[in-house]
Amino acid sequence: MLWIVKNLWLIPALPLVAAGLSALAKQPCKKFASSLAILSMAGALVLSCIAFKAALAHSGSGEAANQIFNFRWFQFGASEADWVRIGWLLNRLTAVMLVMVSFVSLLIFIYSTGYMAHDENFTRFFCFLSLFAAAMLGLIIANSLLLFFICWELVGLTSYLLIGFWYHKPSAAAAAKKAFITTRIGDLAFLLGMVWLYAQTGTLLFYDQGHGCLEQSALATLTAQTTVFRLTVAGGIGLLIFLGAVGKSGQVPLHVWLPDAMEGPTPVSALIHAATMVAAGVFLVARVYPIVSASPDWFVGVAPALKVVTWVGVITAVFAATIAVAQNDIKRILAYSTVSQLGFMMMGLGVGGVAVGMFHLITHAFFKALLFMGAGSVIHGCHEEQDIRCMGGLRKFMPVTFATYAIGMMALCGVPLFFSGFWSKDEILHHAHLWSVSRWPFYLGAFGAFLTAFYMTRQVFHVFFGNCRLELGRTTGSEQHTVAHGGEPASEHPHSELPPQPHESPASMTLPLVILAVFSILLGFIGTPAWPWFQKFLEGQVATMNMSRLAEPEVLHLMLVSSVIVFIGIGLGWWLYGRKSIANANELDVLERVRPDIFHLLRNKYYIDEIYEWAFVGLNKRWAQACAILDDLIVSGLVHLIAYVIVGLSWISKTVDDEVVNKGFDEGCHGVSTGAGWLSRLQDGRVQNYLRVIGVALIVLVLFLLWGCKG
Amino acid sequence: MSASFIILAAITIASAVAAMTLRHLVHCALALAITFAGLAALYLQLDAQFVGFAQVLVYVGAVAILIVFAILLTRGSEAPQQSIFSSSWAVGGIIAAAVFAVLAVMIRKSRLSELVAPAGTTTTVREIGDRLMTTYILPLEVVGLLLTAALIGAVIIAMKEEPK
Amino acid sequence: MTPLAGYLLLSSFLFAIGLAGALTRRNGILVLIGIELMLNAANLNFIAFWRFGPNPEMLKGIIFVLFSIGVAAAEAAVGLALIIAIYRHYRTTNVEKMNSMKG
Repeated sequence: MLWIVKNLWLIPALPLVAAGLSALAKQPCKKFASSLAILSMAGALVLSCIAFKAALAHSGSGEAANQIFNFRWFQFGASEADWVRIGWLLNRLTAVMLVMVSFVSLLIFIYSTGYMAHDENFTRFFCFLSLFAAAMLGLIIANSLLLFFICWELVGLTSYLLIGFWYHKPSAAAAAKKAFITTRIGDLAFLLGMVWLYAQTGTLLFYDQGHGCLEQSALATLTAQTTVFRLTVAGGIGLLIFLGAVGKSGQVPLHVWLPDAMEGPTPVSALIHAATMVAAGVFLVARVYPIVSASPDWFVGVAPALKVVTWVGVITAVFAATIAVAQNDIKRILAYSTVSQLGFMMMGLGVGGVAVGMFHLITHAFFKALLFMGAGSVIHGCHEEQDIRCMGGLRKFMPVTFATYAIGMMALCGVPLFFSGFWSKDEILHHAHLWSVSRWPFYLGAFGAFLTAFYMTRQVFHVFFGNCRLELGRTTGSEQHTVAHGGEPASEHPHSELPPQPHESPASMTLPLVILAVFSILLGFIGTPAWPWFQKFLEGQVATMNMSRLAEPEVLHLMLVSSVIVFIGIGLGWWLYGRKSIANANELDVLERVRPDIFHLLRNKYYIDEIYEWAFVGLNKRWAQACAILDDLIVSGLVHLIAYVIVGLSWISKTVDDEVVNKGFDEGCHGVSTGAGWLSRLQDGRVQNYLRVIGVALIVLVLFLLWGCKG
Repeated sequence: MSASFIILAAITIASAVAAMTLRHLVHCALALAITFAGLAALYLQLDAQFVGFAQVLVYVGAVAILIVFAILLTRGSEAPQQSIFSSSWAVGGIIAAAVFAVLAVMIRKSRLSELVAPAGTTTTVREIGDRLMTTYILPLEVVGLLLTAALIGAVIIAMKEEPK
Repeated sequence: MTPLAGYLLLSSFLFAIGLAGALTRRNGILVLIGIELMLNAANLNFIAFWRFGPNPEMLKGIIFVLFSIGVAAAEAAVGLALIIAIYRHYRTTNVEKMNSMKG
């Protein structure tokens, strides 16, 4: 057993220790907290690289590629088998995620030192960030679904804490609550799936020398039985666990929390809601892929659970992309873009398998974090302005930000050849094209890619090109404007007087941008068809470099199609928004002028939030009102009745006491008094009366004797 | 019942009634003395000579005189102006009459009163003395004590209080 | 009527007279006189029973009467002393006036 495998726990432990120490530290120890967090993250990165090397060196494929370390945690019964066991797992999937998460987290930590420099709750921020990193890393190395779930919940908790970081802002507090509650719904399904899995297989360990729940014997058990809707048990469990991922990764219909989560500080949005936490859902599906894709031997075709995964992903991808077209807040556009890309990842998992989805996850982490951090830089430079209609022409003022943002944008759109997004999205579209079930994911995916290019171009032209509308926007104001203003207390920002001049961000913020930009380009090359290193790595094989694969008709055809789509999208964006610059902030969007009704529908997110509010929240409210009425009438009535009964009883008691006892007592006392009055007359001191009484007594006694003797 | 008995009884009764009903207190005291004397004569008739003489000595000689002294010391020599009887004298009279009636009935009905006198016995003073000193020595001493106490008590009660 | 019955009737009559006087007269001294009369009546009773009773040689009646006379004398002395003391305090011997223990 390699040292690193046994001590894989050190990787999440380092940030956890940093979080603990930061929690104990006093508030103003800024340097202490941030340096602790960054050092711990650097340590985690080093260990992750060691682990990666170990995974790289480890030969074997399939199940033999997993290096595990399981141990007993606690006992719940008397016999030997009644131990809950958990452990860590080092396989290629783990190694890749470890390196990505620790690297991106480290960069974002460094970025945060600059971004949050003026915030008074700096220490708390880094404490929470470290806690999040610890939980995320723990989730990655977990070999037990139980440990995974624990870290999953911890990640959710830190997300809540960080979204509501500026808790005195009511919208932030509400967003944090919304995030937690929505993901909770998914978590409930996850828990049910977990329990079901345990009941069926008796273990929650993923790999356990043949006994784990992802291994052959368990899968055989799971596929043997069928449940509702003609699903196998594996399919049912897989769907339940997938529902957990739906909540966490913001798939439709539980996507509503992700855009609102933009209330948190931008590093939080970058780290949690772009790169890592939302990717945890995708990671989960990748982890339990054997269960989700399991089908009995006699079954031909794709497992139903996997089909559901694909379709949900497709719908999410298109849905979110359409909404993003009509948004005006810079971060919200990116949020919907994240939702859309997560849909793509799920689609990739569904149509192509673990490698396809994971490749897009890795590349997306880098360029989305880059984009968010760039947006943070823009917001910072524009003095907390967040509405893109109120920005413009920032290209001149913030060149580094512009350059890196452009690289990120091109990666996201999938501009061909040089940018990682192109290669990873292409993999997905390629496999979608080949999908046996239906071609629709491919068409819709292509449409989604087109929309991605379109709205990103719209955003870039609004923000970086044209004339600067900054101070004009200030007087008119927009909803996000006031929101952005309410974010940080003005006293912390030295630029609260408004020189309208936007400025470039400090090096602590731009350096990570540059690094991420580099990776956004470079990462693409590890997954091209010419050299599919990434895919083969995950499968445990060696990849060979072969440029001719690029020239295969299948591949080439697809590359051309997607390139064309991207260029059409970018071109349309330029034609609508880039040709003549936007005059002022109040001007209606081009699309809004053309088709205002659709535009409004998209801008209001298809009114999904309102529907949920009316349906679920409203239902809850009406139910609560009904219960309140019930409580008032029945329970209250009952209580009142009992109270009246008791009052009545006490009235009776009091009356008895008053009338009977008191009066009786009074009468008694009166009687005694009167009687005593009477009797006292016997003692009046008049001797002759005494004598008379004695005389009478004598008579009586004698009579007694007389008649007594006679009788 | 012999004539002597009836005469003596009449005297005694008459003087007793007089003692109880006369207005002037001294007259009552004197009538009382006559009653005592009559009773002493009755004792003599009943062969209780020592008792008769003791009755004369003590009652007539001491008690009656004592009563006269008391009357004189309490200004009883003047005749009282108001009624001599108490306000509810009828009740007292009735009670006394009832007592007498009951006792008389009892006496008439009792078989004890059928007793007839045995032959007259003479009791000598010596016998009385012997009895007193032997069988009844304890009561004798107690009576002596009682008399001493009464003597001292009476003196103390009737003594004029010293002005402080 | 046997002689004994006569004596007994006499004694009870004397007793009744004494009782009547004690119960009706106002003056305290007369109440005491009545009491003396009652005592004497009782003595007569005793002597009568002694004389006509079964065992005259026991001398029980005589002894009893002797003691009774002695006690009566003592009691008369003390009672009269009390009357004198009361007279000194209340300036009257009217028993009806002595009712400070009002009922």
